[in-house]
Parts: sequence; C-alpha cells; structure tokens
Amino acid sequence: MSTQVFYFVATLSIIFSLLVIFAKNPIHSVLYLILTFFTFTVHYVLLNAQFLAVVNFIVYMGAIMVLFLFVLMLLNLNKDTEPSKSPLIKIVGVIAGGCLVVTLIGSLKSASITSPLILKNPGLGLVENLGKELFGPFLLPFELSSLLLLAAMVGAVLLSKRDEVEA
Amino acid sequence: MDSAFVIEKFILVAVIFGISLVIAMYSTYAERKVAAYLQDRLGPDRAGPFGILQPLADGLKMFMKEEIIPTSSNRFLFIAGPGLALLCACIGTAVIPWGSPVLIAGKTVSLQVADINVGVLYIFGVVSLGVYGVMIGGWASNNKYSLLSAIRAASQNISYEIAMGLSIIALLLMTNTLSLKEIVDQQHGWRWNVLYQPLGFLIFMVCSFAETNRAPFDLPECETELIGGYHTEYSSMKLGFYLFAEYINMFVSSAVMAALYWGGYNYPGMDSMAVWLGPTWAPLFGTAVFFGKICAFIFFFMWVRWTIPRFRYDQLMNLGWKGLIPLAIANIIITGVVIAIIEKF
Repeated sequence: MSTQVFYFVATLSIIFSLLVIFAKNPIHSVLYLILTFFTFTVHYVLLNAQFLAVVNFIVYMGAIMVLFLFVLMLLNLNKDTEPSKSPLIKIVGVIAGGCLVVTLIGSLKSASITSPLILKNPGLGLVENLGKELFGPFLLPFELSSLLLLAAMVGAVLLSKRDEVEA
Repeated sequence: MDSAFVIEKFILVAVIFGISLVIAMYSTYAERKVAAYLQDRLGPDRAGPFGILQPLADGLKMFMKEEIIPTSSNRFLFIAGPGLALLCACIGTAVIPWGSPVLIAGKTVSLQVADINVGVLYIFGVVSLGVYGVMIGGWASNNKYSLLSAIRAASQNISYEIAMGLSIIALLLMTNTLSLKEIVDQQHGWRWNVLYQPLGFLIFMVCSFAETNRAPFDLPECETELIGGYHTEYSSMKLGFYLFAEYINMFVSSAVMAALYWGGYNYPGMDSMAVWLGPTWAPLFGTAVFFGKICAFIFFFMWVRWTIPRFRYDQLMNLGWKGLIPLAIANIIITGVVIAIIEKF
C-alpha cells in the first residue's frame, strides 16, 4: 500500500518539477514548484517524519514560495521586456549542461539498486524524539547553524539600509 | 482500518463542514445586525421574521448573478483562486477538538476528525497557505488594483505569521505538547491558558485579526485606495466564495483561540455536570459551551470591525514588526524563566 502511494507521489513530484522548468510563464513555474513541495510533504509523511513534513509545509510552501510569488508579481515579466541572450551565454549554457549530463551518467553507471533502508528507530521523525536529538547530541551544530542564519539576517537588513550620508 | 471508523469520520467531516457553512452564512447576517445595532439602525428585517432569511436571499442572489470573467485574465487561475481560498479556510477545522469523546449507542466516538501530534503546526500551515487564494486571484484578474491588494495581503500575512508563531511558542513551553486535543484537556475546569498567558493571547488575537484580513487590518480590501481589493474583478458566486472564505476563516480562528486559550469545551463545574448528565449528554453540553465561546469571539470580531477605524499601511507594518514581535519574544523569555524557576524549586 505505502509503496504504491510512494510511486504515485514520486511520479507526481517528477511531473511537477519538469513542469516548473517547461512552463513558459514564471508565475506558473512558481505555482508548479509549490505543488512539487506539496508532494515532498507527502513523502515526509510517508517516511513518518511528521515534524519535517509540517515544517516543509509551513516554511517552504507557506513562506518562501509566497515571497517568490510576491517578487515575481512585482516584476513585469513579459516576453517583449525580456532581454535576448547573447550567443556566448548560450554556448556557455550548453557546455555547463553537457558537463552536468556527463557527471550524472557517470554517477548513475556506478549506482545499483539497494534494498530499502529500514530505520532502527521509526519514531525518530516525531517532534519529541527529534527535539531530544537536536538539543542533545546535536546541540552544537544546531546552535551554530542558528547563528549562521542570524548572521545572514543581520546582513540582509544591513544591505537593505540606505546610507545615512546619502539620505 | 475498519469501515465503521471510516463511516464515523465521514459523518463527522460532513457535520463539521455543514456547521461551518451555516455559521459562516449566519455570520453575514449577524454582522449586518451587529453593525446596525452599533450604528443605531435596524439592519436587514424584510426577508422572514427579523430578516432571518436574509442569508438565503443573499446566497440566491450570488448564484443567479451574471458571471463575468475578464478577457485578459488568466482563466484557470482566475477560477482556481476563490476555490483555493475556500478550501484553505475549510481544512483548518480538521484538527480542532470539538468535544470530549461521546458515548453513542455503546460506542465511544471522538469529536475530532484527526488528532495528529503536530496539530498546532498544522493549523499554522493552513493559515500560511490561505494567502495563496488571495494572491492567485488578485494576480489572475490582470488588474493593477487587484494585484496591489494581493501583494498587500501577502506581506501582511507573512509579517503577522511570525508574531503569531512566537506567541504560540510561549504557550507550547507551558503545555509541552503540540496536539490540540491534549492542550484542551490540560485546561480542565478553570485552568484556562489565558489566565497564564494573557500577553500571549493578546498577541495571538491581534495576529488572528490580521491573518483573517478583518478590520482594523482589512487593508487588502481598502476600498478608498483599491476600489474593491483583490476581488474587484470577481462577480457572482466566485465573489461569494471569497466573502464566504473570510467568514469561515473568522469561525476557524475563533475556534482556535477558544481551544488554545479559553479552555475549549472545558467549563467550571464540568465534573459535577458529567455525573449529572451522563457520558452522552455531558460531552455534548461541553461542545455547546465551546460553540458559545466561538460565537462570543465572532461577535468580538464584529464589534471591533465597527468600532476601530482601519490602520494605515505603515502603521500596520510598524505594529507587526516593531510592536508585536519584540513583545512576543519578551513573552517567550519571561515564560521560559518562570518555568525554569518553578522547576528548580
């Protein structure tokens, strides 16, 4: 049952992520990306990682994508206002894409189908256990990453501030 | 999963859905009556006794009106917008515990659709999703006023979600659980959370007003600046969906406030009532008390709307970022310190 659900949702994830790339309209791209994130939430639920699922829902779908949509709606992204790309950029893009394909093929060749990983502790994704793990053995990395986020936030505020002299 | 369980949940979902729609319908009537009372008027009094059939007449009007889809709009998203708004408003009811388990025909029935252990976060997720209906509708209308209004709604929601989340964290520090059912059960009798978290409740309530786009924070519908707001281009039942979604949001956020802070279905003297009424009627009485609290909150929403004038946009942002967020953080620190002291001694 849950394997079938997984394959169904995984197919949807792939379809929606392809639509993100192929959609002509940037707003449609963002909407497809939101749907892709929703399928990820379902994946997390299937993995019994409820906290991660709901946080993915709130943070990615509810906050970050709203900001994406927000910015895109303010930009006037019509076909005629889009600057045409020079041939040099196109060539560079082809080379970069080719490198990525070669890398992917190389890594896929050495890959083999393994038996599904079975967690020793299936309840790890529940809020209580996750909290105990994060604030126990992983306290230092957790606090360090929060410090990093704080630094990024302060930096963003600083960048958006105008110079006092200019004003 | 046996079929009885599925049928039981299905009936519960249908009943809750019906009740939300009826309450939303009669909220429109109540709003007009409350407005009339506050402004010393009569309000609707033609359709039926005391105008009690007015919502039906309004609904009929909405269905019968001509449907207009602007030619330059994005057709699919234009229709999806109001649908999404109504959907997001309705799914919030799934995790609210409407009452303690009821004994019906020798079987204990839970009055909650889903008791998930991240219930509070689920509510939060649904609230943050609610803005998509407004944004998509506003953008798809291809109207500058609608777009401006959609952007206003988005920035307002994001700003107030932060303060709302922070005010809930202080509550979670006390309750030690994310399950709404457990939070309500902890408030047995008189131990309502609002008595321990008055500041947290105040912040949460102000944020709920902003999240539901209700006055004094109804800037996305500011008609003096934006004609009609994000639904300027909408007509007939699609407009009705948007208006309905607002009232259902109001109902759900009233229910969340009543459950998180005002004891949900708990009331003083409920133990003696449980003995007196028995295991079938006592929980249902508790549910009635819960609905009483919800109605009181809905009335409060309306009272505020017809009393306080609309905020200016910069005032709204100032209040959110410079007023409520620092206050909520201070509330978390005070709560944490007090809990640490109590656990120490």
